[in-house]
Amino acid sequence: MLDTLQLLFVWAPVVNIQLILEGIFIGAIFALSAYGLALVWGVMNIKNLAQGDFVIMGGYMAFGLNMYGVPLFIILPIVLVTMFAYGWVVYVLMIKRILDQDMFVSLLATFGLSLLMQQVINRIYGPEVQTIDMKLPVFEMFDGMVTVPSSKLLALLLAAVIALAVVVFMKRSRTGQAIRATAQDPRAARVLGINVDRIYAFTFAFNSALCGAAGVLVSIIFVIQPFYGITYSMGSFAIVTAAGLGNLPAVIVSAFGIGLFTKYCGFFESAYEYAAPVAVLLAVLMWRQVRMRKNRQVVR
Amino acid sequence: MTGSNWTYVGLGLFGILGPLLFPAYTLSIAFLWVMVLMASTWDVLGGQTGYNSLGNITFFGVGMYVSAIVQISFFYEGGVGEYTSAMGSIKPEFTEFEYFAGLFLGIIAAGLAGLLLSVIFSSFMFGLRGPYFAIGSLGLAIAAAEITITIDYVGGPSGISMPLFPGDIELRSTFFYAICFGFAIAAHFLLRWLYSTQYGLAINAIRDDEDKAEAMGIPTLIYKRIGWGIAAFFMGCIGAVVGNMVGFIDKEVAYPIPTFGIFMVAAALLGGKGTLWGPVLGAIIFHVIKDAAWTLLLGFQWIALGLLLIINIVYFQQGIMGWLQTKFPERFGIVVDQSKVRQSESKEAA
Repeated sequence: MLDTLQLLFVWAPVVNIQLILEGIFIGAIFALSAYGLALVWGVMNIKNLAQGDFVIMGGYMAFGLNMYGVPLFIILPIVLVTMFAYGWVVYVLMIKRILDQDMFVSLLATFGLSLLMQQVINRIYGPEVQTIDMKLPVFEMFDGMVTVPSSKLLALLLAAVIALAVVVFMKRSRTGQAIRATAQDPRAARVLGINVDRIYAFTFAFNSALCGAAGVLVSIIFVIQPFYGITYSMGSFAIVTAAGLGNLPAVIVSAFGIGLFTKYCGFFESAYEYAAPVAVLLAVLMWRQVRMRKNRQVVR
Repeated sequence: MTGSNWTYVGLGLFGILGPLLFPAYTLSIAFLWVMVLMASTWDVLGGQTGYNSLGNITFFGVGMYVSAIVQISFFYEGGVGEYTSAMGSIKPEFTEFEYFAGLFLGIIAAGLAGLLLSVIFSSFMFGLRGPYFAIGSLGLAIAAAEITITIDYVGGPSGISMPLFPGDIELRSTFFYAICFGFAIAAHFLLRWLYSTQYGLAINAIRDDEDKAEAMGIPTLIYKRIGWGIAAFFMGCIGAVVGNMVGFIDKEVAYPIPTFGIFMVAAALLGGKGTLWGPVLGAIIFHVIKDAAWTLLLGFQWIALGLLLIINIVYFQQGIMGWLQTKFPERFGIVVDQSKVRQSESKEAA
């Protein structure tokens, strides 16, 4: 423990730069998937525990296409469209039927979906850890102590572009406005002529596509494995619980925060990297609860 | 003799004769009782009190490790650290007395550890409601699993192999079968008695409206603590038993979050949560389906189980008991007030 601290702050402070960069990369992924989670949560009150598995599914789709030599700029739209369709199917078969149920049902049903997706992916691709090698140049700084693959920079840029597109879409487009109206008051939206059921389906499919995009980025900059989804689910939940629904700047800030925390934890002990988002989630829940308890309220 | 008495006779006969008639399935039936126990104790908090925990498996894992430590450290002079660092190459010969005394103490200690842990957890978990409680408790289970593998004292990621049973293998499985069966019976009758007391009414009131229950003077926090404590005690005990039954424990065995952790919830939902018999029935059906899937659909068993889980929750979430209650309400002593139903119907028509 002390040795690692000394390494970080006395012997090789440049390692910090590497960790911060990695934290920003993983934070970008967390931000995308957390935004999707908050969208679905806010619009139709579904808590999607399969969020991370949608991400991993997108990653494996990209990995599969890459094996056939499909270039990245074609992979991304294919994954977006396929995941959008998949999200729509899941909505019609599952989510539609649990919309007006109590909230635990949505949690458990999506947990079941998460198990199913893990197992199907495991069946198709096997349990090995996979990654896409983009064969792009790697930048080295500080005598090779900090390495920045340009594929990671590309992924970060892509994440920013996607996030920007989503924000513009939600603010400007007719559908985006309808989604926000439905989130505010489904009944009023229905009265005003919005097909709420379609908006729900669209929102879930949109979230699925967003996760798919995040998954493509994961498969480029990190590794994917059928059972890694839970980390992203837990991270997204932690971010949304901390930032609240529909607060985009807070989502981005807490996503980068959790990314950095995860990377620093992983530096001390690699097993902690997996547990870090969970720890953050628990800490956020506790903190919110302590604050609420002063007013004799509870976290609902 | 009422219907429930016949059910007891039937289940009791099956429990006693099952392993005698089908000795090859003894361990499978033992796991059936483990599932019954898990689902029933989950239902104390999940179905009856309305706090859906996804983290009861934490107590199972902690109990397993605590019993391993107790069993080894009491009768092996080298201590747990030496035993685990040898990675199973040390096989101390326990005498029969040492083994059974260690097992007994281990199970008790495991139950108490679960109880203690639940008291600690409940001091900060019960301010969370609904989905936050479920996610938070799931987080606790994941965190416990990750913390356990970083502790070298209990073997870290490589796990601990449990002391060898002094006796032949058939005696061993029958012995552990009897313990599992006994625990399931004990838990069932404790819960049956508990639900018939004022406590049962109080926790149902908490489920229906916690604020009102509190306003009526029910000490909600204490009652929820008792409920989780009972579940935690039994989960710890059965964790110790399963650890010895399997013979080797590591993270996967001790914290089976995606398997037993979710199966017990699914079983309780399948049978119908919030009833005494629902979890028992659900656990039996779920276990039979699970074992059939393992034999018939080998390779696809997990996919089949995931599908079963989704279909159960999405399409049939009132559960078997819930379905029976709406179908034959008079058999459960439920009186449906027809006048009210008619009134609302006529209102809708108007």
